[in-house]
Amino acid sequence: MLVLEQILNGIQFGIALFLMSAGLTLIFGIMGVINLTHGSLYMVGAYAAAIVAAKTGSALLALLAGLAGAAVAGIVIEALIVRRLYARDHLDQVLATFALILIINQTATMIFGRQPLFVAMPPALSHSVTLLPGLVYPVYRLVVIGVGLLVAVGLALLINRTRIGMLVRAGATSREMVRALGVDIRLLYTVVFGLGALLAGLAGAMAGPIIAVQVGMGEQILILAFVVVVIGGVGSVRGAFYGALVAGLIDTLLRAFLPGLLRHFMSGSGADALGAGLSSMGIYLLMAIVLLLRPRGLFVKQS
Amino acid sequence: MRVASLACAAAMTFVAGAGALAQTPVKIGMITTLSGPGGYLGQDIRDAFNLAVKMQGGKLGGVPVEVVVEDDALKPGQAKQIADKMLKNDKIKLFTGIVFSNVSGAVVPDVLDADAIYVSPNAAPSTFSGKGCNKNYYVVSWQNDSLHESAGQNANELGYKTAFIVAPNYQAGKDALAGFKRLFKGKIVGEIYTKLDQTDFSAELAQIRAAKPEMVFQFQPGGLGISFLRQYQQANLAGEIPMVVAEPSLDAVTLKAVGDAALGLNVTAHWNGDFDNAANKEFMAAWAKEYNRPATYYASQGYDTALAIGAALKGTGGKVDDTEAFRKAMLKADFSSVRGNFQFGPNQHPVQDWYALKVEKGADGALSLNTKRKIMSAYGDSFAKDCKL
Repeated sequence: MLVLEQILNGIQFGIALFLMSAGLTLIFGIMGVINLTHGSLYMVGAYAAAIVAAKTGSALLALLAGLAGAAVAGIVIEALIVRRLYARDHLDQVLATFALILIINQTATMIFGRQPLFVAMPPALSHSVTLLPGLVYPVYRLVVIGVGLLVAVGLALLINRTRIGMLVRAGATSREMVRALGVDIRLLYTVVFGLGALLAGLAGAMAGPIIAVQVGMGEQILILAFVVVVIGGVGSVRGAFYGALVAGLIDTLLRAFLPGLLRHFMSGSGADALGAGLSSMGIYLLMAIVLLLRPRGLFVKQS
Repeated sequence: MRVASLACAAAMTFVAGAGALAQTPVKIGMITTLSGPGGYLGQDIRDAFNLAVKMQGGKLGGVPVEVVVEDDALKPGQAKQIADKMLKNDKIKLFTGIVFSNVSGAVVPDVLDADAIYVSPNAAPSTFSGKGCNKNYYVVSWQNDSLHESAGQNANELGYKTAFIVAPNYQAGKDALAGFKRLFKGKIVGEIYTKLDQTDFSAELAQIRAAKPEMVFQFQPGGLGISFLRQYQQANLAGEIPMVVAEPSLDAVTLKAVGDAALGLNVTAHWNGDFDNAANKEFMAAWAKEYNRPATYYASQGYDTALAIGAALKGTGGKVDDTEAFRKAMLKADFSSVRGNFQFGPNQHPVQDWYALKVEKGADGALSLNTKRKIMSAYGDSFAKDCKL
C-alpha cells in the first residue's frame, strides 16, 4: 500500500512538473527562446488565483483568474520583451528573462508583501478518500492528477489534430521553413507563448492550496522543469509528459525508500543523511545519464 | 568672485563644525534575507531593529547609529561578498541580521577574522556555540538546538512515547533533530531529512502514516512550514497524529497562512506576542502602530538585538573599536528584553526561559497562539560547557 501511495505521489508531482515543462519545451523548441520567466508566470497564476479566491470564495473563479492572469502576463511579456530576443543568442535571452524574474519578484513584493498568502482549499475537495483498504489519498491531489491528464490529452489532440498544432510541429522541426512558406510566424509565436503561460498559470493556481504562495515560488520549480525538458527532449510535448512522470516518480520514490534501503547496510543517521543527499541528486543524475546516452532527449528521434 | 569664495569657505567651515559637534553615527551592517521564500523572516528582523532605532530617536543607547541593510537572498556566497564589501569599503565593525545558519556559517568567520563584532538576531548553529565560540560573537536569539530541546521537553511533559521527526537537510535541520532527540525520552520511530527547497511532502507524509507514531516533530521554517502543515491536514493526519514543534515551524505569519490546519498544535517558544511584561507591551503597541502585519518572533529578536547593542554602545560611549570594552558592556545585558528574563551564558548565548504554547480558536473564531505554561527556567544550551573563552 505504501508503495502504491508513493507511486500516486510521484505521478501527482510529475503532473505538476508536466504542466510547467510543456510550455517551456514548446517555447524553447519552437521559438528557440530560453524563457526563465516561466517560473514567474507560475507565480502570477498562483497569486491571481489566491487573490480572487480570497475575494470571492469561489474556487472556479480563482482557477479562471489564475489562467487569465498568467496568459495575459505571458502575452504582454512576449509582445514587449521576448519578441525582441528571437534573433539574439541564448546569453542575451537568459540575461533579459533573468532580469524579468527580478523585476516581477520585486513588483510582487511591493504589491503583496513578503508574507505568504493563505489560499483556502475548496471544501468539496478538502478531505481524503479510501481508494483501497489502507490506501487513503487526498481528493485534491486526485483532482490535480485528473486535470493534468486531461490537459495532456487535450494538448496531444491540439498538436496532432489541428491546424495550429500542425504549425507548431512544423515550427519545432524547422522554424525557417515555416516562415519561408508565408505563415504569420509572429502570431504563432504569441499563441505558443500564451499557451505556455496558460499552462504555467494552471500549475500555479492548482498548487496554491497545497504549497505556500509566496514570492520566489516559481524559481523552485523552474529548475526541475528545465531538467524535464532536457530529459524529454526539447520541443516535444510527449517527451515533456513522460519525462515529467519519470522525474516525479524517481524523485518521490528515492525520497521515500532510499534511506530505508540504505539502513540495511549502515547506521541509522548515516543512512538517513546519505539517502537524503542521494535522493535529492536523483533527477539530476538521470539528466546526466540521458545527456550521455541520448543527448537529444529520451523521446525525440535521435539523428 | 571674492564674495562667492568667502561664502563658500564659510559654508565649508559650517559643515565641518557641524560634523565635529554631532557624533558620527556608528555604522551597523545588517546582512539579512529579504528576497525569496525566506524573505519575511529578514524583513521582520530588519523592521523591528529599525523600529527600536526610531523609538530611541535615531539612536541606540544614546549613540547615533546608521543601519546599512543588504539582502543576502539566502545565498551564502552573496552574503560573503556583501560582508567583504562592508568590512573593507564601508569600514563597518559591527554586524547583525543573518537569518539562516548556512549563511551565518559563511559570513561569521570572515567578520570575526577582521576583528569585527557579530551579534546574531536569529541563526546560532552549534558550530559557533561550543568549541568554536568567539569573544566577538554574541547571540541574542537562542542556540539552534535549544529551540528544539524545548520541544523535546514539551513532548515528554505531554506524555508521548514514540515520535517521528522531520527536518530539512542543512545545518539548522541537523541541529533541530539532534536537539529534539537530546531531551526527548521516548523512542524515535522514523527520521527524515527533506530538501531545503522542497514544496511537496507527500512522500514523507505517507511514511509518517505507515510508521504510526504517537506524535510528529517537524522543523520546517517559513514557507516550508506552511506547505507541510497544509499537506499534513489534507492527508487527514492532523486529526490522527498530534504535532509538537518549536517556534520556527509556526510563527504568527505561518499561523495566518495555514488557518485551521494549525489548530491544536503544540509549540514551544522563548517569546510570544501575549507575554505580559512592560517591554513587550511597549514593543507590541509600537509594532502595531508602525506595521500593518502580525509581529513574528523574528521581529521580537530583531528588536531585542537592537536593545542589546544599544546597551553595549551606551556602556562604551559609542566605541566599537575596543572589542574588549564592548564585550564587557555587552555581557551585562543591561536591557529589558521583550521575552522577560535574559542573560548571556558563558558562550555568549542566551540563558532564558522556555514556554509551551498552543494554537487555539478564540470566541470570535480567529486562531491565536496562546502561552500555556513555562517548561524550562534559565535554560542555556548544551554546548556552553565546551566553550573556553
